[in-house]
Amino acid sequence: MAQLTMIQAITDALAIELENDPNVLIFGEDVGKNGGVFRATQGLQEKFGEDRVFDTPLAESGIGGLAFGLALEGFRPVPEIQFFGFVFEVMDSIVAQAARTRYRMAGTRNIPIVIRSPFGGGVHTPELHSDNLEGLMAQSPGIKVVIPSNPYDAKGLLISAIRDNDPVIFLEHMKLYRSFREEVPAEAYTVPLGKAAITKEGTDVSVITYGAMVREAIKAAETLEKEGISVEVVDLRTVSPLDIETIIASVEKTGRVVVVQEAQRQAGVGAMVMSEIAERAVLSLEAPIGRVAAPDTIFPFGQAETLWLPNASDIEAKVRETYNF
Amino acid sequence: MATKKTTIDLDALLSSTNTDFRMVQIMDEEGNIVNPDLMPDLSDEQLVQFMTDMVWSRILHERSTALNRQGRLGFYAPTAGQEASQLGSIAAIEKEDVLLPGYRDVPQLIKHGLPLAQAFLWSRGHVDGNKYAADLQALPPQIIIGAQYVQSAGVALGLKKRNKKNVAITYTGDGGTSQGDFYEGINFAGAYKAPGIFVVQNNGWAISTPRHVQTAAPTLAQKAVAAGIPGIQVDGMDFLAVYAVTKKAREYAVAGNGPVLIETITYRFGPHTLSGDDPTRYRDTAELEGWQAKDPLIRMRKYLTAKGLWSEEKENEVIEATKEEIKEAIKEADQAPKQKVSDFLKSMFEEPTITIAEQIKQFEAKENK
Repeated sequence: MAQLTMIQAITDALAIELENDPNVLIFGEDVGKNGGVFRATQGLQEKFGEDRVFDTPLAESGIGGLAFGLALEGFRPVPEIQFFGFVFEVMDSIVAQAARTRYRMAGTRNIPIVIRSPFGGGVHTPELHSDNLEGLMAQSPGIKVVIPSNPYDAKGLLISAIRDNDPVIFLEHMKLYRSFREEVPAEAYTVPLGKAAITKEGTDVSVITYGAMVREAIKAAETLEKEGISVEVVDLRTVSPLDIETIIASVEKTGRVVVVQEAQRQAGVGAMVMSEIAERAVLSLEAPIGRVAAPDTIFPFGQAETLWLPNASDIEAKVRETYNF
Repeated sequence: MATKKTTIDLDALLSSTNTDFRMVQIMDEEGNIVNPDLMPDLSDEQLVQFMTDMVWSRILHERSTALNRQGRLGFYAPTAGQEASQLGSIAAIEKEDVLLPGYRDVPQLIKHGLPLAQAFLWSRGHVDGNKYAADLQALPPQIIIGAQYVQSAGVALGLKKRNKKNVAITYTGDGGTSQGDFYEGINFAGAYKAPGIFVVQNNGWAISTPRHVQTAAPTLAQKAVAAGIPGIQVDGMDFLAVYAVTKKAREYAVAGNGPVLIETITYRFGPHTLSGDDPTRYRDTAELEGWQAKDPLIRMRKYLTAKGLWSEEKENEVIEATKEEIKEAIKEADQAPKQKVSDFLKSMFEEPTITIAEQIKQFEAKENK
């Protein structure tokens, strides 16, 4: 066991899978000798060679096509999109090609790729680096969308994603890369895709969230605890498909729920979580389903992030409202 | 005396940019071999096979059009006129090479091993048309123009990494050369020296948009320069030239030299697709007639007849055999089972997700009623 940051846990998972399966290939813009703009692939090319870990021309669509074609030849590509705001360049390769190949070829071909990409606010990036675009992916049939919130999950989920035989989008929140350390086992282990985690048990209100908002929800829960409100924090970990069972079990237990996302209200997966609860557990609800999300504007200018991004106090306020409804 | 000032002469730069891309031709419109040096070494049987393939394809086009009109086929993009371009190139390709066709490239797919009945099911919109045998090295026709190009770069790199002596071959049209993925595909393949053959079938029109509206470049082959790879323009109505050029490109790519871009100058006699396109709205009859005089079947027929290898009788045999083959394939396609939503749900992922599993149950209940 070692104390690792999330980015170290990601590098560790990549190294394990490169070692474990000769078909695993890592490529993208500056992921080779440079070790990635965030050092996520640091040392991997040195250890596994340029044949396994390599740089590409600067073209996201080309990277998507490269991954698709390599997968067709039996490789397990793990390409990187430098920032997820650049996904628009490669939307066709992901949602119109990789995501539909198993379906359109009646299961005679499949595309086992994992697209890694950083996103998320709070680190004052320039434009189109931090946008929360997981909702676009979650609306596309045929792909899984994974968003870890801590080092332990990041490693286990990434190993699962690479071993999965269908396309997976693995989104890494930049604010979580180095903000804390956690015990991470040295060996290979998996965290199942499509399974949420109860991060903190509680009995009064369920807060269902993912990504950087998990830490904010825990902070809020600690404050609310002092006021006598017991909050259960559910970390979705995979935002598509949703772990309906865990979500509904928590809501049935507490009877009150607040769905929290960093994405704009009209984006993200919050509305999807809310509709599943409304459809499956309305009789357990003591109050309307609460929601915390960012305003429906374009992602903010760097200096305005703190005004815009949802945080622990927004979550506290909404939980109180729901609790006192 | 003043010395002459050096100037930046953009016109001179343009003419050097638009370097000489003379069209490769082996056989002229009268069926004469005009470039014997480039003539590939072919047996009589091969030559007869080439003509047979073109007649087969022309009849397939005619029958597909009729079957579409009768409502017995769905989506169909006419191929008449492009037989040399399509079949001349695929004839130079090995079975283990990987084919990434566009939506008009169904004849190549069939020659590469896709059963005709499946091609018809694809046209109708039946999933069994895309249920490819494990050893069929191909993807179904690509609808997103350009996507097959970036994917081919990936396949080609995969073949290189596996040390296979094979190529990825892909096709697009003249309009498709304007796409970003067209450029990215050839550029990636070039950067990795990956064995890809990128064919541009320049039939002069992208639906109603003429070739000159796509680009100011005088040839499409010269777009290879932007990727730093060889580009070659070939008479796409000349089977032998298309075959020779593709074979050369294949040898070059398999030897580890990287990809090649081939522009075939060809023409589609019919509309863009049979989904309501009417070329009389935008094309002159005179243009069509001019191209019909260049028909790849006519010149190959003249050449082979002069050599005593072809006759009207022989041609009629091929026509009848093809019609019979088509009739059988349509019958077979008619036997395809009714498609089921539960099957579609099952083919979304290796393991169904919770919500998909629920939907499978719902649809199975409906389907079993």
